[in-house]
Amino acid sequence: MADAAPAGDRLEIAGRSLSSRLIMGTGGAPNLAVLADALAASGTELTTVAMRRVSPESGTGLLDLLRRLNIELLPNTAGCHTAAEALLVAQLAREATGTELVKLEVVADDRTLLPDPLELVDAAAALVADGFAVLAYTNDDPVLARRLEDTGVAAVMPLGSPIGTGLGISNPHNIEMIVERAGVPVVLDAGIGTASDAALAMELGCDAVLLATAVTRAQDPVAMAAAMRHAVQAGRLAAGAGRIPKRFWAQASSPTIP
Amino acid sequence: MTESKQLVELTVNGSPVTLDAAAGVTGLLAQLGLPDCGVAVAVDGVVRPQGRWDLPIADGAVVDVLTAVQGG
Repeated sequence: MADAAPAGDRLEIAGRSLSSRLIMGTGGAPNLAVLADALAASGTELTTVAMRRVSPESGTGLLDLLRRLNIELLPNTAGCHTAAEALLVAQLAREATGTELVKLEVVADDRTLLPDPLELVDAAAALVADGFAVLAYTNDDPVLARRLEDTGVAAVMPLGSPIGTGLGISNPHNIEMIVERAGVPVVLDAGIGTASDAALAMELGCDAVLLATAVTRAQDPVAMAAAMRHAVQAGRLAAGAGRIPKRFWAQASSPTIP
Repeated sequence: MTESKQLVELTVNGSPVTLDAAAGVTGLLAQLGLPDCGVAVAVDGVVRPQGRWDLPIADGAVVDVLTAVQGG
């Protein structure tokens, strides 16, 4: 597949230099074979995993798959409601996978899955102090994004809309404000429904997009993964190309008749 | 007790487990048929690093064994 990503345009994040600006999640895929094909089609180089209790049947097949695809692990703290829970899960993830990267998730309740801002900032500070490279999943709140950056996180990851809703980017202006003031990479995380949402995130100036459900629960996950790959590249190119100003009235693009 | 081995009663991933008191995490994983690679262990809410898996586990301890699964 011809790759439209501009040569030399790399995502510098948490000490890594990645050619893909699409970070994938692995939740929701019908099976590991479909997941493997979708991840390959997405072109991703960094992908989230969750930490759960092991059983004799569960095995470690996902880790083997990601290793085979040469995709770096980004363990998350999904399911944590407090800073203390998040710190323990992050430490267990580091022990099990050997990476210092963590996607910090501290949610307030299971209905909205919205981040709890107070616990989130406490957790970010604790994880940074413990040596983690923290990619913080956060609300689309420019003030909270600054507070997180002040704790020393490696990236802020504002939501477009709640996890799994596919509602796209509810407040594009807030995302632009976060991007405008951020001194760390901004990753649009959660709420992506289809390719145009991912392109919009990049047009708003985000450095990358993180998505899972939009691909893994699509009718054709592999085709949607390819669509997302191109959408992120298209949005990135458009963001750098300098769009025309919006006008109220028409402006002819053909010469006027003499 | 008829045998000389000391036993401890643990709660492992929510279920009761009886283990040789000297077995440590390494022995626990073997007894339960769990993988010893790609997993992490917490004992009473504190990470037990792999370098300390041969230390005994205290009687009554709550043990969690986690691995990476699909998510996020």
